[in-house]
Amino acid sequence: MLKSKTFVKKTRSGGVLKIVREHYLRDDIWCGSEVCTECKQESTVLQRDTCIESNLCAYPHYLIPDTNVVLHQIDVLEDPVIRNVIILQTVLQEVRHRSAPVYKRIKDIIHEKEKHFYTFTNEHHRETFIEREPGESANDRNDRAIRVAATWYTQHLKTSESAADGLKVVLLTNDQGNKQKAAESGLLVFKCEEYIKNFFHFFNEITSSKVLFPEHLPLSRIQAGIKSGSFLQGTFRASRDNYLEATVFVPGEGEDSTEVLLQGLQNLNRAVHQDVVAVQLLPRDHWVAPSSVVLQDEGMAKDENPEEEEEEKAVSPVTASLSAKKPTGKVVGIIKRNWRPFCGMLNVSQIKESTRHLFTPADRRIPRIRIETRQASTLAGQRIMVAIDGWPKDSRYPNGHFVRSLGGAGEKDTEEEVLLLEHDVPHQAFSQAVLSFLPKMPWAITPEDMKQRQDLRQLTVCSVDPPGCTDIDDALHCRELDNGNLEVGVHIADVSHFIRPGNALDKEAANRGTTVYLCGKRIDMVPELLSSNLCSLRSNVERLAFSCIWEMNHEAEILKTWFTKSIINSKASLTYAEAQMRIDDTTMNDDITKSLRGLNKLAKILKRRRIENGALTLSSLEVRFHIDSETHDPIDLQTKELMETNSMVEEFMLLANISVAQKIYDEFSECALLRKHPAPPPSNYDILIKAAKSKNVAIHTDSAKALADSLDMATVDSFPYFNTLLRILATRCMMQAVYFCSGMDSDFHHYGLASPIYTHFTSPIRRYSDIIVHRLLAVAIGADSTYPDLMDKHKQSALCNNLNYRHKMAQYAQRASVAFHTQLFFKTRGVLNEEGFVLFVRKNAIIVLIPKFGMEGTVFFDSKDKTAPNLVFDEEGPTLTVEQHTFHIFDKVKVTISLDASNIQHQKIRMALIDPVISGVSVPAEDLEPQSKKSKLDR
Amino acid sequence: MAGLELLSDQGYRLDGRKATELRKVQARMGVFAQADGSAYLEQGNTKALAVVYGPHEMRGSRSRTLHDRAVINCQYSMATFSTAERKRRPHGDRKSTEMSLHLKQTFEAAVMTQLYPRSQIDIYVKILQSDGGNYSVCVNAATLAVIDAGIPMRDYVCACTVGFVDETPLADLCYAEESGGVSSLALALLPRGGQIALLQMDARLHQDHLETLIDAAMTACKGVSKVLDEVVRQHLQEVSVLTRE
Repeated sequence: MLKSKTFVKKTRSGGVLKIVREHYLRDDIWCGSEVCTECKQESTVLQRDTCIESNLCAYPHYLIPDTNVVLHQIDVLEDPVIRNVIILQTVLQEVRHRSAPVYKRIKDIIHEKEKHFYTFTNEHHRETFIEREPGESANDRNDRAIRVAATWYTQHLKTSESAADGLKVVLLTNDQGNKQKAAESGLLVFKCEEYIKNFFHFFNEITSSKVLFPEHLPLSRIQAGIKSGSFLQGTFRASRDNYLEATVFVPGEGEDSTEVLLQGLQNLNRAVHQDVVAVQLLPRDHWVAPSSVVLQDEGMAKDENPEEEEEEKAVSPVTASLSAKKPTGKVVGIIKRNWRPFCGMLNVSQIKESTRHLFTPADRRIPRIRIETRQASTLAGQRIMVAIDGWPKDSRYPNGHFVRSLGGAGEKDTEEEVLLLEHDVPHQAFSQAVLSFLPKMPWAITPEDMKQRQDLRQLTVCSVDPPGCTDIDDALHCRELDNGNLEVGVHIADVSHFIRPGNALDKEAANRGTTVYLCGKRIDMVPELLSSNLCSLRSNVERLAFSCIWEMNHEAEILKTWFTKSIINSKASLTYAEAQMRIDDTTMNDDITKSLRGLNKLAKILKRRRIENGALTLSSLEVRFHIDSETHDPIDLQTKELMETNSMVEEFMLLANISVAQKIYDEFSECALLRKHPAPPPSNYDILIKAAKSKNVAIHTDSAKALADSLDMATVDSFPYFNTLLRILATRCMMQAVYFCSGMDSDFHHYGLASPIYTHFTSPIRRYSDIIVHRLLAVAIGADSTYPDLMDKHKQSALCNNLNYRHKMAQYAQRASVAFHTQLFFKTRGVLNEEGFVLFVRKNAIIVLIPKFGMEGTVFFDSKDKTAPNLVFDEEGPTLTVEQHTFHIFDKVKVTISLDASNIQHQKIRMALIDPVISGVSVPAEDLEPQSKKSKLDR
Repeated sequence: MAGLELLSDQGYRLDGRKATELRKVQARMGVFAQADGSAYLEQGNTKALAVVYGPHEMRGSRSRTLHDRAVINCQYSMATFSTAERKRRPHGDRKSTEMSLHLKQTFEAAVMTQLYPRSQIDIYVKILQSDGGNYSVCVNAATLAVIDAGIPMRDYVCACTVGFVDETPLADLCYAEESGGVSSLALALLPRGGQIALLQMDARLHQDHLETLIDAAMTACKGVSKVLDEVVRQHLQEVSVLTRE
C-alpha cells in the first residue's frame, strides 16, 4: 500500500538549500464518483446525474478547472449551477500560494454538500503523480499534472463504465497552450468562457485585478520637474473616510497655497499619509469633485480582490457640477517618506499556517500593512506597533515588520500608550543626559541668587489652582501702597533659571513643547524635580520667581509696570473653591483674604473693560472624571464648574501676558515670540448665523465686538440653554491661535481676547513658549545674558512651528483621552437614556450634544444593512427631514447611549434616537439592549 | 508565502501519509563484525547506525563502577553530513549530550543490568542522515544492536515521536512537520508490558490532549515493535542458516 519515493527540492532561504522530502504514493485514493465500482470508497461526492444543461456538453460530465480558472473565475464556480467539480490537489495548493481569499472561498465551496465538489489528491496517487522533468518550469509541470489527472479520470470512468452513463471529464482552462496540449492527448477541454456561455446569458470575464502601481520617478527628474513647474511638491494627506482619496497640500507663496485632489489607488501611487510627494496635475477635463462616499478598505490579505476593484469603479464616475471639481492630480514620486512606527492591530490571516498577515493601523489614514510573523496567534487581540519597510510597486499593501507589542486591546494602560504614540507625544522617561542638568539636591537659594534678585519674601503671595495641582507656576499678591494705590504682582516660576539654553534638558523641553494632561495622567515637559518641586511655587518655601508688578489705582488703571527676577515665599496654595470661600466669608480678615479680595475687585473691573473692548466669552463643555482611587477607572463624570476665582486668576494672567508681550516686542521687534489668534473668515460664521436665525435671533459677525454683543443679547426665554449652545457653536467657528515670531509676520491681533498683542508668559513649567518669553524678558531687563539662537528669527520661527504642532497634538491627545474615559465610563454603566440638543444637522445624521456629560455623538439615519428611511436634507435651514419629522438645530431630543465594542480597535459611543418617535428610525425607550442597528455605520 | 499545510482536509500529510501511518522502516542487524553488536536502521529518510560493546570490565574511571549492576554508557552523535547544511561538531554539543543522557536512561530501564555487576555496556549511535524523529530512530537502532550483542533485555524498546495538529495526533513526524510548529512528544515503550521507558516533550500542549497523544504514541510504538520483531526473526533465520552450513 505504501510506495516510497524520494525527490529533491531546492528552495531559497537566504542561500540555496537542498531539501529532501519523502513523497509517498498511494493506491488507496479513490475517485469520489458515485458511478465507480472499482474504488472502495465509503462515501461518494460526485453524483451520477450531473445535470448541467449545456449545448456544448450535452452528456453528463465532471469539471476539472485549472489553477487560473479557480483564481479568476471563482465567482462562476460559486454559482449554484456549477456542481460536480473535481478540484485537484495541485490546483488547490497553487491557489493557496497565490491568493488567500480565493483559497478561503474554494474551501468553503468544497465544504458545501450541495455543490458536490471533490478534492482529488492527485499528487499522492500512484498513477497521477508526475515528476518535474529537466528544463520544465514549475508551472508547466503543474499544468501537466492537471492534464495527467484529467486523463486518468477519463480512463478510470471509462473502465468502470458499468453503468454506461457515458460520464466524461471536462477540463477547463484559459491557457491556450495548455488547451492545445490537452486536446492533443484526447481530453475534452474548453475555455471557461466557451463553456459558460452556453448556459449563462451574459458573462463578463473578470480580468486579473492585480494592482500594479506606476514606477516612481527618480529624485533628479522630480527636482527638474518641480523647477520647471510641471510637478508640484506638497504634503500628502490621506482622507480619513475614503481610502481611495487624498489631498496634497501644496504650500504657495503667501496665501495662494493649493490643494490637489488625488483619487484612485493608481494615482495615490503608494504615498502614505504625511509623505512629501511630487504630484502632476491631470488635464482639466479629468478633474473630479471629492466624493462624499465613505469607503473603508476591507480587502483581503492578498493582492487580488475583485470586490475592491468594483468599489473603485463605482466611485470614479461621480458626475459633479463643474464648480465642485477640484484640481486633480497623480503622485509621480516620493520626495521624503514620513514613516514612523504605527499602532494598530493584526488581522490574522484566514489560512492558519500562514506567516503573512495584514495589520490595520489605528489611524484610518494609514494603509494596511502586510507583515510576516509566526506569532500571529499571540498577537491577535493585542495592540502592536509596526514599521513600514517598503512598498514594492506590484504589491497592494506596503510591507512592514512587527516592532513591539503594547498590550491587550481595550486595557487602560495600552490604550493610553496608543493614544500618546498616535499623537506623537514624546512620553519616554527622561534620559540620563537630560537629568544630569538638573540642580543637585538638596537645593537652596545661594547668596549669588540673592544678590541678583529682588527679595519679595515678605509679601503676602498666594497661589490659586485647581485641586490636586502640583505644578504651580503662578502666584499673586495685592497690597495697598502708602499713596493709596494698589500694588498687584504676578509671580511666575522662574524655570529659565534652571533650564539653561542649549543643554540637553533645554533641547528635550523644546522638543516636547508642552506638558500633556490626560485624564488621571500628566506627561511632563520638564522632569518632575523641577515641575513639582523646585519650580513649583508651593506654599511656605522659598522659590525663585519672575515677577510682573503693576501699580494700579482703584479703577484698575495701570500707572506703572515693572518686571523683576525675585525670590518669593508663598503663604498659601489654595484651590479655586478655597479662595472663593475666603472671599465670601466675611469673618475672615487675614492678609491673604484681603489680598484676594483686592485682586477679585480689580479682576472684575479688568474683565468688564476687556469685554467692552470686544473680547469673546466662548463656551465649550469640559468634563471631569471622578476616578476610582484603586482601579483608576472613571466612576462618575461631571462638567467642570467655573467660579469667580477662576476668572480672577485668568484676568491677571492675561494682563501679565499682554504687558510682557508689549515689553518684549518693544525691545526685540524682530524676534519676539508672540501668540496671535486670526479673525476667522466670514464664511465660518454661516452655520452660526443660520442656526440663530432659526430661533429668530440675529448674530452680527462684522467684528469681535459685534459678535460678543449679539451673543450676549441672544437669549430665548423658553430655552435657557440656548445661549450656551450658541456659544459652543461660535467656538467651532474660530481659528486656531498660534505662536509666531514677530519678525516673520505683520498681523499680531488676538481676536478672541481683543488684544492687539499677546504672548504666553505665565506657565513656563508646562509650556516651552513661556520659557523663551522668559528669556527674552530677562534679556530685556538685563537680568540674564542672551544667546545667538534667541535672536535668530528663522530658528525662532522653526521653534514656533514645533510648538504649534505639539500644542495641537496635545489637544487632540487630551480629547482622545477624554473620549476613551467616556467609553470606559459607559462600559460600566451599560445603556443610558439622556436628553440632548441637536448641534449640527448632516446629510444622513444629526449630531447631538448631551450637556450632562459634555459629550456629543452622532445619530445616523441610514446604515449599510438596512434600507434608509426617506431623508430630505435642506442646506438652507439646515434641516433634515426623516420620514415626517424635521430636525432643526437646537431641537431637543432623547437618545440612548451605549458603547459599541463591535470593532475592538475603534470602540465608540453609539447613540440612537428615542424621542421624537419616528417609525422605523427611533428605538423604544425601554429597549435598553445595546442591539439597535441604527448607528452601525462606521464613521 | 503561506506556511505548510500539515494535514489536508482529505487527511493526507505533507508526504502523503495518513495521520497514523509510520514511515517506511528498514533495518539490518550485525552490520559490523568487530563490535559485539551492531544495527543499521532507516525510518524514512532518517538513517542511524548503532554499535554495542560489552558487557566488559570497567574502562576509564573505575570509580563509576556499580557493584550490583552494569553501567550503561551511551554516546549520541550526528554525522557532519547528516543535515542540509554541514554540521560543524558531530558530538559533544548540548543537544547531543542531552540526547545521550536520554538514551542512557531509556536503556537502563530496558537492559537487565543486574546480570552484569561491576561491568560496563557501551552503546554508540550515529545519525547518518537526519529527517526528523532522531531520538526514536536511535532507540530503535540501539535496541536491535543490543539484541545483536546478545544482551538480555526485558523487552524491545520501541520509540516514536508524535505531534498534534488540528486536534489530530500525527505519528512518526518528519523534519518538515517537526519544524512546522507542531508540539511533538517522544515516547519509548516496552510494548509487551506497555511500560513507558521514557517520555519527553518540550513544547506546549493542552493537558486535555495529552492522553490522546500518548495513546497515539503507544500505538505507533507497537507498530514499530512489530517491524523490529520481524527484522530480528529474519536476521536469526539468516544466521542460523549460515551456521548450519
